Amino acid sequence: MKIAVCIKRVPDSETRIKIGTDGKSIDESGVKFVLNPFDEYAVEEALKLKEHTNGDVVAISLGPESSQETIRSALAMGADRGVLLKCDSIPLDPLPTARALAAELEQGAYDIVFFGKLAIDNYDQAVGTMVAELLGIPSVSAITRLEVTDQSATVEREIEGAVEVVEFSLPAVVTAEKGLNEPRYPALRGIMLAKKKPLDVKDVDLSKGGLEVLELSLPSERKAGRIVGEGPEAVPALVDALQNEAKVL
Amino acid sequence: MPNVMAVLEQRNGTVKRVSHEVLAAARSLADHIGGEVHGLVIGPKGVNTEGLGGAGADKVLACLADDLELYQADRFTHVVAEQATTGAYSTIVLGATALGKDLGPRIAARLGCTLASDVTSISGRDGVVVTRPVYAGKAVYKLKIATEPSVISVRANAFDPVSASRTASLEEVAEADGGKGRWARTVKVKEPEHAALDVAEASVVVSGGRGLKEAENFRLIDDLAEALGAAVGASRAVVDAGWRPHSEQVGQTGKTVSPNLYVAVGISGAIQHLAGMRTAKIIVAINRDPDAPIFKVADYGVVGDLFEIVPKLTEEIKKIREG
Ligand SMILES: Cc1cc2nc3c(=O)[nH]c(=O)nc-3n(C[C@H](O)[C@H](O)[C@H](O)COP(=O)(O)OP(=O)(O)OC[C@H]3O[C@@H](n4cnc5c(N)ncnc54)[C@H](O)[C@@H]3O)c2cc1C
Ligand SMILES: Nc1ncnc2c1ncn2[C@@H]1O[C@H](COP(=O)(O)O)[C@@H](O)[C@H]1O
Repeated sequence: MKIAVCIKRVPDSETRIKIGTDGKSIDESGVKFVLNPFDEYAVEEALKLKEHTNGDVVAISLGPESSQETIRSALAMGADRGVLLKCDSIPLDPLPTARALAAELEQGAYDIVFFGKLAIDNYDQAVGTMVAELLGIPSVSAITRLEVTDQSATVEREIEGAVEVVEFSLPAVVTAEKGLNEPRYPALRGIMLAKKKPLDVKDVDLSKGGLEVLELSLPSERKAGRIVGEGPEAVPALVDALQNEAKVL
Repeated sequence: MPNVMAVLEQRNGTVKRVSHEVLAAARSLADHIGGEVHGLVIGPKGVNTEGLGGAGADKVLACLADDLELYQADRFTHVVAEQATTGAYSTIVLGATALGKDLGPRIAARLGCTLASDVTSISGRDGVVVTRPVYAGKAVYKLKIATEPSVISVRANAFDPVSASRTASLEEVAEADGGKGRWARTVKVKEPEHAALDVAEASVVVSGGRGLKEAENFRLIDDLAEALGAAVGASRAVVDAGWRPHSEQVGQTGKTVSPNLYVAVGISGAIQHLAGMRTAKIIVAINRDPDAPIFKVADYGVVGDLFEIVPKLTEEIKKIREG
């Protein structure tokens, strides 16, 4: 089976965000970048399927030169080769990214393409689903269970208070939600091997898309709260505050 | 005159609350640009469309068929894209729900247009300007949508429903050929044995963390939630420990919630947890560590042992509810 997984380099989830001098982007100095957490689930699922079907997994990332490190993390986990679609900056509108990834994927004739549900920098939850639409193949987003049988698949996705069961035929796109699997840690041997695995770099040109950044700012601080007291004796005061001050009871 | 389309969601024949918020968002935009709001409902025959005029719609488009009861991604996309094109809408607004987060990108890709997801405000004064939290809520973009049409999904609880004395006209629309019979098919929806309120939809959420020590003790959280009419949430630590299902996890790799009241019990307030609940209107924290970071975002805090505090709180709430 030919398998692809799309992965993004993002600031670590612990990052303290500082706004850059342009007021429109983050200050990247001192920021540690990692493989997007949801993409770890995507890579893991791709690897499980590869092991099952004797397949081949290519990890594709669109981003700056430094995204090579992100691709190497996926290679260290077990992906076979990497492709970097190199561009200086990624527009905020998800469609140009989806178009560039779709153009690359179209050439590969993959049976299944994995994405993360969401990139934790821009929070779009869009790119995977858009790519499927552009390629004209089925897709299901935010899956927590995947079963592939020959040329078709059944998945589950969580909706509000219930679970949807969806069936489709391959080729297809799925995007991975937490709970789908437990991503493996790369072993030392994997890290060594990853250094020698092929990684193609291709320059791409993205259109700038339809979103113009007016401003990036820190969220307004929450108004300072107060400790109403200690222990169970504080409960009446808490209830009173909720009832009469906050008026939420 | 450019009009705004509001994509409305139904479950079991009733239009969801979040769709009233979508109508409110669409209404404010339409009022700025001087257009109409058309609500599009896709679902089974017999969906109740009454009252949608009062919630902001000038017209309701209803595409109803019995096999559209469940969300069928490809067919829904086809219907919305078809209507969006024939109606030449300037903006298509959806809720940032499980359905909307899947459908929005499809429509944007199909129409070849811009998507702004999970926005918390929309203004139509100088072109369409939206705000959207990014980096797990640690920063906020203010973005101008520079092209038309565009697709916008709105975060639940970010827009207040409106009520006006308007009645909407109803127009039945047919599902155009071409959407059926291909691609993915939703075959069923598995409802849990005990139907529970979803954290993402609830106006009150009570969440528990590792401070509860073991899975059985979550009964304290269940009891408090029941007294408050709240949904139960959880930190990742307790989901990963297998105490609670992932569907209850709040935070960066769980759900984002904006309830009126969020009660965090035995949760330290890690940055990834805050990502999911910092936009709650009122936050209450119960924790025995006075230095726990959760107190930095809490409106009201009680320091102490949750095993003593929570039962007392449940009791007091019950008194109010019954009295
Ligand atoms: C990429 C990534 C994504 C993540 N995503 C999420 C996410 O979506 N959601 C999430 O929640 N976390 C997430 N995390 C994990 C996060 O970093 C924390 O580890 C987690 O939130 C801690 O859960 P907790 O507060 O329940 O546990 P702890 O941090 O262990 O806190 C337990 C708290 O209980 C208090 N306590 C203990 N006993 C009592 C008692 N008897 N009475 C009162 N208080 C008591 C303690 O003082 C402490 O503050 C993520 C981490 C990473 C790296
Ligand atoms: N620049 C990128 N390169 C490769 N994959 C990406 C990129 N941006 C997004 N993706 C994929 O699309 C998913 C969803 O991203 P987003 O729509 O930005 O939230 C991510 O989890 C990745 O799998």
